[in-house]
Amino acid sequence: MSTVMKKVDAVIVGFGWTGAIMAKELTEAGLNVVALERGPMQDTYPDGNYPQVIDELTYSVRKKLFQDVSKETVTIRHSVNDVALPNRQLGAFLPGNGVGGAGLHWSGVHFRVDPMELRMRSHYEERYGKNFIPKDMTIQDFGVSYEELEPFFDYAEKVFGTSGQAWTVNGKLVGEGKGGNPYAPDRSDHFPLVSQKNTYSAQLFQKAANEVGYKPYNLPSANTSGPYTNPYGAQMGPCNFCGFCSGYVCYMYSKASPNVNILPALKPLPNFELRPDAHVIRVNLDSTKSKATGVTYIDALGREIEQPADLVILGAFQLHNVRLMLLSGIGKPYDPKTGEGVVGRNFAYQNMATIKAYFDKDVHTNNFIGAGGNGVAIDDFNADNFDHGPHGFVGGSPMWVNQAGSRPIAGTSNPPGTPTWGSAWKRATADYYTHQVSMDAHGAHQSYRSNYLDLDPVYRDSFGQPLLRMTFDWQENDIKMNRFMMEKMGKIAEAMNPKAIARIGKQVGDHFNTASYQTTHLNGGAIMGTDPKTSALNRYLQSWDVHNVFVPGASAFPQGLGYNPTGLVAALTYWSARAIREQYLKNPGPLVQA
Amino acid sequence: MSEQDNPRREFLRKTLTLIPVVTVASTGLGSTVMMATPAVAAPEPAQRPSSPGKAYEPTYFTAEEWAFVNAAVARLIPADEQGPGALEAGVPEYIDRQMNTPYASGALWFMQGPFNADAPPEMGWQSKLVPKQIYRLGIAATEELCKKAYNSTFAGLDSATRDEVLKQLEAGTPKFESVPAKMFFSFLLQNTKEGFFCDPIHGGNKGMVGWTMIGFPGARADFMDWVERNEQYPFPAVSIRGERA
Repeated sequence: MSTVMKKVDAVIVGFGWTGAIMAKELTEAGLNVVALERGPMQDTYPDGNYPQVIDELTYSVRKKLFQDVSKETVTIRHSVNDVALPNRQLGAFLPGNGVGGAGLHWSGVHFRVDPMELRMRSHYEERYGKNFIPKDMTIQDFGVSYEELEPFFDYAEKVFGTSGQAWTVNGKLVGEGKGGNPYAPDRSDHFPLVSQKNTYSAQLFQKAANEVGYKPYNLPSANTSGPYTNPYGAQMGPCNFCGFCSGYVCYMYSKASPNVNILPALKPLPNFELRPDAHVIRVNLDSTKSKATGVTYIDALGREIEQPADLVILGAFQLHNVRLMLLSGIGKPYDPKTGEGVVGRNFAYQNMATIKAYFDKDVHTNNFIGAGGNGVAIDDFNADNFDHGPHGFVGGSPMWVNQAGSRPIAGTSNPPGTPTWGSAWKRATADYYTHQVSMDAHGAHQSYRSNYLDLDPVYRDSFGQPLLRMTFDWQENDIKMNRFMMEKMGKIAEAMNPKAIARIGKQVGDHFNTASYQTTHLNGGAIMGTDPKTSALNRYLQSWDVHNVFVPGASAFPQGLGYNPTGLVAALTYWSARAIREQYLKNPGPLVQA
Repeated sequence: MSEQDNPRREFLRKTLTLIPVVTVASTGLGSTVMMATPAVAAPEPAQRPSSPGKAYEPTYFTAEEWAFVNAAVARLIPADEQGPGALEAGVPEYIDRQMNTPYASGALWFMQGPFNADAPPEMGWQSKLVPKQIYRLGIAATEELCKKAYNSTFAGLDSATRDEVLKQLEAGTPKFESVPAKMFFSFLLQNTKEGFFCDPIHGGNKGMVGWTMIGFPGARADFMDWVERNEQYPFPAVSIRGERA
């Protein structure tokens, strides 16, 4: 039997970026809000305390801050003809756990979105014709425009304390020759902080990209280039490029996180409560199945607790939002055979390619220096900034040097053909550790009919509930794009004139490798859109089926972006919160009529 | 006892040892450099790593397993002209200590069945085995192989033969019943590198010899003034406990 808690106005599942933003917005609207976080309390102190946090083995190697897969994981198969197997050790992606979620251990690359990617299908059909998009590719429009989201991108950057260089502000050119991105859409304001300094590796990339004829720019970074106080009164110190960024709590208060940038403003509020160690197992629906009555969770002692609420926000990581919808019966599950149903549909990822260039000892790249969001990039092959017509694939890719800090256990790399142990390995590691540049093509990834999420029929979590099952593999379009990007990025690497080059890309016939880290940018499964037949959420991230459930997060993306997702995740969450505050609370019900 | 039973002694007899020498500030660099010095004549500097494998008593490995671990890691990262190796860094102690952590009993992994150990590598870890078992079974199987092929323990083999056995494990050539040879080797190599490069609080990287070899400054974690420079970083490594290399 569940213990029933006192009813609240809003319950939020998960306290990462989306949960924290929603908590701030809804408490500002005067609501009583409870946030339930499945993991423990975490904060800069003590979890990011110097020097204890400068420990590669504990953090990135033994994965201290990531999801505890001993309790819950996802199963994976490449096609419907395979038997899915559990992701027993984290590999390809690293979801977070605990207060702050993945927002506590992310890197901090903080982009907006290329406007055309919000209307992906319409744009490609208009420019290249309907037949250009492969038949089994299920890309869609988001149902919201860049112009509508711009104020929320702007506000999110101010909350995050983002460093960067605008290209145009209100149509006025401000970024030429200063590290601005000529392909960036117009902005209503400058970044709150100037760009971070560039590592020597990033300078090499910038020079080489210029030589090849591309247009390098400074990455927008949610690592501070100077001291900063955000609109909530949260203070940040300047990033010192400590090199322990992605996978770590920032001991300098320099990397934006829900813990540093939002939680301090929530803590004193009488109408807010954060309950860690509260693992939500389902959203409860009334007898009509069109309204949620609250959620049920398991607390640290293993007790089942019911938290009634008028409004339910699913603010967990992408995978968990989709799983909770499936476990709770919110929305029709997707069926890849018929193409019908919406929950689990359009699961997409990131299509990465990496090149490593190795130099002589007079080139000091000092790879232990780094910050997760800093770097130099080009957008010449991102979005639709080049003519896709002759190349026959959909999607683009920014390319960059984003030196976040390489540490010796996992971050050493040697030229191809070097032995992996013995004196030859030792010599090469000593020769190259501080003399190499790693660059990535951070490719957009499209959605396909056969890539989707549902519940696994065999494996269960530690509470006895079915695990989420991922059916996913690379498609022909992905391989084509990856090879194209690899060739273009190769020209930049070659212009650096290194001693050796390693190319890590995809070949025809390659399957998704669950063991090799790519990115944690998982998208879709509970996507937003304009048609309830092809989307689980309306354009305000509100469930079409259960109107008092809102589902912010990258789970709402109909396909993967070229850029990192967090900037769009944050902007969409503010956009959704605005709709709740200004429309939904006055008249609870569907904000868009189906 | 033959000389091969003691890889450390063999190393000392046949090669030079390398000790850290701090250069004076007038060179413009405060860095630690490695200087080759005859072992017999070497003075003991204060911060010299303690002699490996002597003081530390293993708590997980048996005496026979301990001899194997010492002999194997000494070949994976040998002491050579580049500087100290895995033994000098205390890698055996590190691995033994790791055997008593949740990692080694598989507690960090999803270990619910059914298992499909024959799944392709791109499906990631699918074995029921955990690191503690993998070492126990892998060492026993390798010792059996050495006994059959060479009538010797692994530690009793000369360096070249030990390398040969390790290469076979790496390639997965021996078909062990209890544990895939490749799997055993991958743990041995991964944990050896961890022990060579981790912070010394974990029992490895004694004297920060691993960090010094590659120029990693450890827990300094403040490079505001060095971000943009094409220069060798001049300061020696420091550890979480505040030791200085």
